[in-house]
Amino acid sequence: MPKKTIEQISKEYNDAYKKITGRVTICGGTGCIAGGSMKVYDAFQEELEKRKIGYCLNITKGCHENYISMSGCRGFCAAGPLVSVNDVFYTHVKPEDVAEIVEKTIMKGEVVDRLLFVDPNSHKHCKTIAEIPFYSKQERILLHDCGRINSEDINEYIAHGGYAQAKRAYTQMTDEEVCKEIMESGLRGRGGGGFPTGKKWDLTRIEKGPKKYVICNADEGDPGAFMDRSVMEGNPNAVIEGMMIAARAIGADEGYIYVRMEYPLAVKRMRIAIKEAEELGLLGKNIFGSGKDFDIHVMEGAGAFVCGEETALIASVEGRRGMPKVKPPFPSQSGLFGKPTVINNVETLATVPKIMEMGAKEFKKIGTLTSPGTKTFAVTGHIANTGLVEVPMGTTLRQVIDDVAGGTTNDDGTVNKAAFKAAQIGGPSGGCLTKEHLDIPLDFDSLKSVGAMVGSGGLVVMNEKTCMVNVARFFLEFTQRESCGKCVPCREGTEQMLTMLNDIVEGRATLKTLENLEDLAKAVQKASLCALGKTAPNPVLSTLKHFKDEYLAHVVEKRCPAGVCKALARFEIQADKCKGCGMCKRACPVQAISGEVGKPHHIDPKKCIKCGGCKSTCKFGAVVTGA
Amino acid sequence: MTEKFAPVDQILKEHGCDPAQLIPILQQVQDLYRYLPEDVMRHIADKLEISPARVFGVATFFAHFAITPKGKHIIRVCNGTACHVKGSSFVINTVKDKLKLKDGQDTTEDGLFTLECVSCLGACGLAPVMVVDEVVHGQITPAQAVKLIDDIIAAEAKNA
Repeated sequence: MPKKTIEQISKEYNDAYKKITGRVTICGGTGCIAGGSMKVYDAFQEELEKRKIGYCLNITKGCHENYISMSGCRGFCAAGPLVSVNDVFYTHVKPEDVAEIVEKTIMKGEVVDRLLFVDPNSHKHCKTIAEIPFYSKQERILLHDCGRINSEDINEYIAHGGYAQAKRAYTQMTDEEVCKEIMESGLRGRGGGGFPTGKKWDLTRIEKGPKKYVICNADEGDPGAFMDRSVMEGNPNAVIEGMMIAARAIGADEGYIYVRMEYPLAVKRMRIAIKEAEELGLLGKNIFGSGKDFDIHVMEGAGAFVCGEETALIASVEGRRGMPKVKPPFPSQSGLFGKPTVINNVETLATVPKIMEMGAKEFKKIGTLTSPGTKTFAVTGHIANTGLVEVPMGTTLRQVIDDVAGGTTNDDGTVNKAAFKAAQIGGPSGGCLTKEHLDIPLDFDSLKSVGAMVGSGGLVVMNEKTCMVNVARFFLEFTQRESCGKCVPCREGTEQMLTMLNDIVEGRATLKTLENLEDLAKAVQKASLCALGKTAPNPVLSTLKHFKDEYLAHVVEKRCPAGVCKALARFEIQADKCKGCGMCKRACPVQAISGEVGKPHHIDPKKCIKCGGCKSTCKFGAVVTGA
Repeated sequence: MTEKFAPVDQILKEHGCDPAQLIPILQQVQDLYRYLPEDVMRHIADKLEISPARVFGVATFFAHFAITPKGKHIIRVCNGTACHVKGSSFVINTVKDKLKLKDGQDTTEDGLFTLECVSCLGACGLAPVMVVDEVVHGQITPAQAVKLIDDIIAAEAKNA
């Protein structure tokens, strides 16, 4: 049987879609699933069955009633599990809410007001996505379909225009033209480095074949970043199409997607999408009748942050220890198995079909002159709307934090924009931005000028109660642990830096320690072999620069101003605030708290393990960390 | 001898005895044994015609591979950035104390629990996150963590 063309598939799907009476989409991103969205998905089916209302889970087999599907991550993780019924958007949906949604919204077209998102600033009850500031202030190009389409159904991607650009690249354009289009768009690698993608492709294109590879770097190891995961879970076909276009541009016939093993759902969805694409003949032999072949393999990483570095990633795909190599030769000359190889990250590749669709000129109109397009950021930490946001490059930090993500929060979760202390951008390789940076535009060059970097796009917002020394130590502990050990500056340098930071947070340091720390940090930055080592000192150097007073408090006064550093912290109960309710006593895992009901309680410092449980339990703010 | 490794041989065969496939091979083998026993790694090296050092090298390089048996119950506390700033270290320290784990030790003496501190499970919206035997517990407090462990210990004692 001849395979259907994408135009036929698209038409059939859209015709079938017109016949459905309603659509229920349940967010199936990792965050929402952890919050119980699978149970919500099951509850919808049970409830509709109970009420004898027709539904289907697959549209292409003919659906004349309600279509229920899971989507990928919708980005608004703080409000999950998320459910949309046609245009109505519900947040924090639990299985027990489903009966009411079915009865009111599906049967009568009414809205269940209590499940709508309430904007904390305007107190408005938002019925649709467009009314929610978190979404309306974004510009979702890459994430446009994430959360809207069924990510386990290739047909819906095709119906939204998917694979049309791959087809154009394979049937109507030369390899040089594809490279040129991407070069003209000014697209820069979204994985951290910001290297012009088109140039990278062209450098690989001119290398001698016939064997070349495309690798999709989905080893998103930066803790607190989940952009790539969301794209793979929400729109895996866009990644495949981007890889196909890259393969066409450089003349590759084989590709690998290297996904970290911590992302089982992304792996599953990528595998499903690849299988579906193969079945439709979009991958495999003689793509679109062009005579060219392309196959994609999925490889799961085995847990090493350094494998985000391209040469280390290549070593790992080859079945060796994931250690980086000296460049040059660059992967474009000698990459996987010694062949010319293009490595791009997920977000970069998924942006490619969008650029081809809108054209380089239109794409350049978004963002800034030197950083065109949009960028996704995973906004986490002390922030009202934790989640994934996409904004044009050059949007200011203030706009992202306050307008899109709803503002900085206190420890108890209440919004307090004034509580903003710092934002760590770019994860363990990046730097911190402070109040004075709130109005700088987020793009490759502006961030570099203040000692930070876009990195992969992790953005951790921290409030006043955060200890910046502890944060720097946290990141360094991470990079030290993940250092592969190949080069001395990184292996020994990060170890010694960590020892010094431990001395600081545990009260053993002197002013000389600070001096040595800064000297060593600069040496590691200069002398390390790969980007991991070169960027590892960034969090230390940038906190030393912006929060020197905090370091001094730890070193000179042996005091942690934020009360976070365990060795320097003393938990105390303020007698005048304590109501003697006994909550802290029950929360204490080591029975260190004593006191009679109704009278002020007391913490035994000898027994206290400084877990902080009492502090988070106390409703009266009576537990303080002595400074 | 050969029979002992029959399931391993099957995995090797699926990957065409290709040394480039070493990582996927070890991943599948670990799923089988829950860790990588030394004799199995030697066997893999023999079959792939590479040195045992290369197999051990890969097995010890990547965090996912374990060369000692893991506990019956796996507790994973996320210490990604979002969880860290929301107090995951308090949870980790409490769990360590509760399980009487010394520094560098991750499995309890009785082999009942293994504590793993992982970097980002991607559920940053629920920070801090603790995963007990694949069940995700969001916004966890030290006291809740202790209770979850106590519940498992009680259930184990009941079954014993």
